[in-house]
Amino acid sequence: MAFTIRINGAAHSVDVDGEMPLLWVLRDELDLKGSKYGCGAGLCGACTVHVNGAPTRSCLLPISAVGDAQVTTIEGMSAQPVGRRLQEVWQALDVPQCGYCQAGQIMAAANLLTHTPRPTDADIDNAMAGNVCRCATYNRIRQAIKHVAETE
Amino acid sequence: MMTAPQSSRRFFLQAAAMAGGGLMLRVSLPRHAEAAQQAGVLNAYIRIAPDNTVTILSKNPEIGQGIKTSLPMVIAEELDVDWSQVHIEQAPLDEVKFGRQFAGGSLSTPMNYEALRKVGAAGRHMMLAAAGQAWNVSPAECRTDRGTVNHAPSGRSLTYGALAERAATVALPDLDTLPLKDPKTFRIIGQPIPGVDNAKIVTGQKLFGIDTTLPGMLCAVYEKCPVFGGKLVSANVDDIKALPGIHDAFIVRGKSTGDMQSLQDGVAIVAKNWWTANKAREKLQVTWDDGPTAQQSSAGFAEQAHKLAHAAPAAWLRQNGDAASALQHAAKRVEAAYSYPFLPHMPLEPQNCTAHFQDGKVVLWAPTQNPAPGRRLVATTLGIEEHDVTVNVTRIGGGFGRRLRNDYMAEAAWIAKQVGVPVKLLWTRQDDMRHDYYRPAGFHFFKAGLDGQGKLTAFSDHFVTFGRNGGLADSAAMDSNEFPAQLVPHLQYGQSVMELGIPTGPLRAPRSNAMGFVFQSFIDELAHEAGQDPVAFRLSLLGEPHVLKGSADPMRAFNTGRMRDVLTKVAEVSSWSNRRSLPARTGKGVAFYFSHMGYFAEVVQTTVSPAGEIKLDKVWVVGDVGRQIVNPSGAVNQVQGAALDGLGAALGQGVTLDRGRVVQGNFDSVKPLRMNQAPPVEVHFLTTDHPPTGLGEPALPPVIPALCNALFAATGKRVRSLPIDTGMLRA
Repeated sequence: MAFTIRINGAAHSVDVDGEMPLLWVLRDELDLKGSKYGCGAGLCGACTVHVNGAPTRSCLLPISAVGDAQVTTIEGMSAQPVGRRLQEVWQALDVPQCGYCQAGQIMAAANLLTHTPRPTDADIDNAMAGNVCRCATYNRIRQAIKHVAETE
Repeated sequence: MMTAPQSSRRFFLQAAAMAGGGLMLRVSLPRHAEAAQQAGVLNAYIRIAPDNTVTILSKNPEIGQGIKTSLPMVIAEELDVDWSQVHIEQAPLDEVKFGRQFAGGSLSTPMNYEALRKVGAAGRHMMLAAAGQAWNVSPAECRTDRGTVNHAPSGRSLTYGALAERAATVALPDLDTLPLKDPKTFRIIGQPIPGVDNAKIVTGQKLFGIDTTLPGMLCAVYEKCPVFGGKLVSANVDDIKALPGIHDAFIVRGKSTGDMQSLQDGVAIVAKNWWTANKAREKLQVTWDDGPTAQQSSAGFAEQAHKLAHAAPAAWLRQNGDAASALQHAAKRVEAAYSYPFLPHMPLEPQNCTAHFQDGKVVLWAPTQNPAPGRRLVATTLGIEEHDVTVNVTRIGGGFGRRLRNDYMAEAAWIAKQVGVPVKLLWTRQDDMRHDYYRPAGFHFFKAGLDGQGKLTAFSDHFVTFGRNGGLADSAAMDSNEFPAQLVPHLQYGQSVMELGIPTGPLRAPRSNAMGFVFQSFIDELAHEAGQDPVAFRLSLLGEPHVLKGSADPMRAFNTGRMRDVLTKVAEVSSWSNRRSLPARTGKGVAFYFSHMGYFAEVVQTTVSPAGEIKLDKVWVVGDVGRQIVNPSGAVNQVQGAALDGLGAALGQGVTLDRGRVVQGNFDSVKPLRMNQAPPVEVHFLTTDHPPTGLGEPALPPVIPALCNALFAATGKRVRSLPIDTGMLRA
């Protein structure tokens, strides 16, 4: 089936099975490799994108359910002030180890700071608990989120 | 053209002019004697271009340990360039050119630190010589400063880039006598430098193996027998081929070598995109001949281990004094049985590999920690020569030891040969969790005796472990020098073995990640039985500072003085002596461990709810890895990650075997640590006058017993089996 979806402000047309999750449309059809496959079951958050601003597990969202929603991926985050700031601080505070989960972490953190510009530790726990970092860079992630919040 | 090499007992240096007027430097290093089995020669490769950019090839795979940043820092420091001039490239697999290329054993720093300083210093020396020639002055009158040579008397200066062509022609320095910088003047080593790939990581650029894309590439999945070593009888591949979007489906016959590291029987499904290929597995019907491993289960092994514990060990690893008699005559006798489960590695990037087979040769893009054995495996599997296999090493989304094995490379290569166009093979999370080389489970049956003063006089461990094909299973061995060997007069370690059909292998801090838990937990029991402070009891066991026997390499022999110092320091920074003032059901626990040449002592504070839920309050880590932390930013990150990794394993990880199959399949049943569980980890390093050693692993082992000992302090319940059963911690 043919679908036209809006990714990072641009329209993209693909011809795929309607059940195909958005993650695989992004990765294999549109060659946007920033959103990562980790579990295929919504358990790790590596595939997190924003759909109309809401953090969404793209590995579980069929393309037929995307409709004309605005999808933002990590590749589009530098166009948003909070996204760009997170990307800068993530680099400067040297958050990543292997780096595989970090796109998803930044997508989750951007949503947190958009709704809660001054998050408490408990806010950070709640917002970030769905994103696994197998290298366990959690101390740095927390530090980076707080740094962005304090320097906004 | 290369200059004649300058070689010494320890180094082999060559220089050459680059096309377009730059300098290339390569240096080879001989085997690191103590790492002879895993290590080999090393080769750095530097290019200085006329525009003054310095390119350093990073030869070892980057798995998140930060080596792509830290080793080039060492070269750049001694070369005396500005870090902003430096550009890092990942080297392809070419061990003739680059020496041994692997990521494992926390060995990159100890093997390379001094050597790479020499590499940089050689380049700096050649720039000084070239400047001396250019200005007809003595090089001794010239000074380097961040990629420039200055001659103060005449006020002249030239960049390295401008000098590079001439530098390629000067005499090579004698590396053995080459002066190195005074560490007090370091400007790069010892500074917190962010990872060189950070910008690409945070903007989602293609970097990892899974991101590989080639023109005309297809995607593949590979279904294997759920029972390890099972054989394929039949499969409905014709039905699969008929499904929409499927390019091909075929049966693959494995190359059985008994070690489970080679190609296994299976069905490959190939499609334009991965999701379509994987979706077709729902319709796949395979008849397997499960084979003998289908008789094995975790419950069966536990039962067998406890039976074996009643008999004498099959073999003695060590016997000092007369432990049996000393146990009989001890004032107090303590017995405890400990066990730990098989553990998966579960790197967040599942196993994958991209391969293109053409004209009898294959090119691979592989996220592998150990590319050279991967190339050998691919050559053997396809029946081609090794020089017809090219391996490009990608950035790796987590290693933890899983990618020291290269089974996915053999699968991708075989499928690509069959299909004839580039193919990316990707495993699902379930494939990854159910086809791993697991950290072996193990069982320890301890007995110890204390005298009337609470001094440990007798110690006995009967270790029940796993074997394979007549030997021990991979990573299932115990070191006969395991602490407290040599520190207790009557001590014995015995071993019995159960035959295992599932593959095992090294997991971050192999062996130590299990031994740390059992030994440092049981030692804690003994401290309590002796009525002594767990820190004081350990200090008394360690005794006066001395080096224990066990390794010809002094770096690998246990130095009780270094351990005393980290233990004393962690007690201080964690306010250990005030722990009695903690609230009810909050406790602190301590443990130490020596592994990978690093000394670590750690304290965990935990609070346990009446329902048994564990809250991790804080972790304190004190480590001694020698005289220099190369990159403090990466170092702290590694140590925090290692400590949290161990806590995650203790709290929620382990796979169970049932009828030769792994039961668990995803992160709902084997639980990685999450943000809402992760405590702050405070890290301190003691600087000691010893060569710098690695940090990827040694901070992990002590954290698990420190947690279990803290749980005892908080609840009075002793955890002797992992993962922790919170039910036993209820008030």
